[in-house]
Amino acid sequence: MSSHNEMHSAIVPPKNWWVPAGSQEKKWITIAFIWCMILFAMMPLWHMKGGQNPSGIRGKVDPQKYAERTERFVNEFKVGEEKGIPIVAPPPGSEVYLVGKMWQWYPILKLKKGAEYTLHLSSTDINHGFSLTPVNINFQVVPGYDYGLKIVPNKAGDFRIICNEFCGIGHHNMIGKVLVEE
Amino acid sequence: MSTMVENLANRFRTCSVTGLKVDKTAENLIKINAVIAVVCFLIGVIAATGVLLTRWQAVHLLPADLFYRYLTLHGFNMLIFFIIFFEMAVLYFAGPVLLSCRLPAPKFGWVAFILMFVGMFLVNMNVMMGRADVLFTSYPPLRAAPNFYLGMILFAVGALIVCMQFMATLVVAKKEKTYGDGSIPLVAYGALTACIIAIITILHGAIIYIPTWLWSMNLIPMDAQMYRLVWWGLGHSSQQINVAAHVSVWYLLSGLTVGGVVLSEKVSRTAFFLYVLFISMASAHHLLVDPGFGPAWKVWNTSYAMYLAVLASMVHGFTVPASVEMGQRLRGFTNGTFEWLKKAPWGDPGFSGMILSLVIFGFMGGITGVTLGTEQINIIAHNTLRVPGHFHVTVVGGTALAFMAVTYYVLPLIFRKRVAFWAMAKLQPWFFGIGISIMGMSMIFQGIFGVPRRHFDISFSQAPFTAEFHPVVEVFQATMGIGGLLAITGALMFIAIAVVTVFFGSPMTDADIKNGASGIPQGVLKLPTQVHTGPQVEAAHKTGVSGTVILVAIFFLCFVAYYFTNWKILSFLWKIG
Repeated sequence: MSSHNEMHSAIVPPKNWWVPAGSQEKKWITIAFIWCMILFAMMPLWHMKGGQNPSGIRGKVDPQKYAERTERFVNEFKVGEEKGIPIVAPPPGSEVYLVGKMWQWYPILKLKKGAEYTLHLSSTDINHGFSLTPVNINFQVVPGYDYGLKIVPNKAGDFRIICNEFCGIGHHNMIGKVLVEE
Repeated sequence: MSTMVENLANRFRTCSVTGLKVDKTAENLIKINAVIAVVCFLIGVIAATGVLLTRWQAVHLLPADLFYRYLTLHGFNMLIFFIIFFEMAVLYFAGPVLLSCRLPAPKFGWVAFILMFVGMFLVNMNVMMGRADVLFTSYPPLRAAPNFYLGMILFAVGALIVCMQFMATLVVAKKEKTYGDGSIPLVAYGALTACIIAIITILHGAIIYIPTWLWSMNLIPMDAQMYRLVWWGLGHSSQQINVAAHVSVWYLLSGLTVGGVVLSEKVSRTAFFLYVLFISMASAHHLLVDPGFGPAWKVWNTSYAMYLAVLASMVHGFTVPASVEMGQRLRGFTNGTFEWLKKAPWGDPGFSGMILSLVIFGFMGGITGVTLGTEQINIIAHNTLRVPGHFHVTVVGGTALAFMAVTYYVLPLIFRKRVAFWAMAKLQPWFFGIGISIMGMSMIFQGIFGVPRRHFDISFSQAPFTAEFHPVVEVFQATMGIGGLLAITGALMFIAIAVVTVFFGSPMTDADIKNGASGIPQGVLKLPTQVHTGPQVEAAHKTGVSGTVILVAIFFLCFVAYYFTNWKILSFLWKIG
């Protein structure tokens, strides 16, 4: 019963309702559709023109092998220690390995402002959440998967890595450190 | 043969208000599902209080282990049990009651309910006993007791049976011509949409929880990334059942409260159909900064194939207020742009609840959700307090509030009781809606400054290093606490009203309806079954819905501003790629 000259509520069973919509609705649908296309286009556009993309180099990895690789990385570039955690200063352009494990980010990283690194993230036990503060960069850290992200720190300072994925009773104490020097 | 006919006749009562034939088993199933929904809601509210008062660092009530346990309990009872039990009631209403049809298999209705109840009980017991401190997402290799997963499986099977019964009801109703020759009403069509999405969701739940159950008994291995992929087919899609269900409830309430009309069945139904096709892809929103998926997969899925489900929501965001406006204009409120809104029945909690739900879901939930779900913007949002901030204004401010609003009509129409504490009922949607909005926005703003979700102690008092947030976070901490307490007050008001009405409320008599006694929402007095025709409709077509046009224009500007502000914030970050 839904021709142009009849109206009813949403609990009435309608007949012959496949009739053209009103002009106000048509206009709104057109605007909404164009907006949706803009929303969609922004993402590929940012891949081409923008500086922040979560693409990375992705692959499966054996957690044991990842831990060993990280250990080699630590031994190669270790420059100190804080609270029992090694401080590692890799040269610009190098591959950097960070492990999330209950309940520690390992090791502490010392980077140079303006230099590019490939930061590898993985876990040797369960899911963790990499959250660099106060810049607010967040990535999921999944055991068995290596996420290699090219990063260029744009500010010197003393940064922290919070864990923002629940990882058991010590989750809120899991906090790491990244130092960026001029 | 004659006993069979008699038996069939005995299965119905004729509603004194609507004249609808109501299947008694369907009605009892609506009641029991709604009552258990409220019980789960109460558990969720108690847990919410503990969570809120702990995350509010100035109070920091619970110890760490209890905080994570309460958070787990809160998630399951609110996002799964309360909402899905309620949706089962919605399906029994939109099927058998709205179509005046018999329930095809009453016994299966009870079997389904028992399965769901046992499942809910198993999950809650395991969580409360500390055997499942895994939070709502229960990501392996984090492990819970096997019975916890079994509980989820039983619950899912029960819900699946209810969905199948709803489908069967549509077939029987069509065959037995219980609702005439036309199509099913829009509300039933929307419920069908929710039902199809529910089936997709529940199958994902079964596909992931059955192997996880086996894994928890050390029978098979489990890949952490694969779990996240399939689990979010349950975790996110379950919230899409809510969207379809509460949009249907908005249309229903628009009709019930102000005689709202459907401007175009074609437009509204097409929008619902877009949900069926595309909305389940949104599980990708949770995997945008995961290592397991590439950019093409992320962009295509997170955008629901070029935002076609967002298009659907934007369409409903126009057609629902337009339905209210046109209904009011047909009732004679034709002066100016906003007379229809000013002279609306604001004292009817069914109406105020619906409008608040629509505004909160659209303005706050929708805009923040689309922005969060943008691949790159997710880098500054993933697992921060922005995410729960967002879904508290969608699921709580949107869905839960819409369900509360419709409860004020379910109580007189199904339970045949006058709503208790009527003066308090008029205030309840405002407490709940305003409270949850303040809390949700406060969480969103904290998240913008990097405050993590699911975190016991953002002062890091026991950690090897400390971290400090922007000082303004403390302000949002306080407003989160205040907003949360307001929302909890609103929730407790709702529970008190629902429980007292159901168990101790005064039965509604025909005289009450005629005289408009207290505790009966004004819309119950005259159900919107009439068809408007003639010059009145032509005049309404000419004036259109100018008020709605202005409202959606404001909405659109907010959307554009918020979206591009986030790209701007993202551009300040380190280079990442």
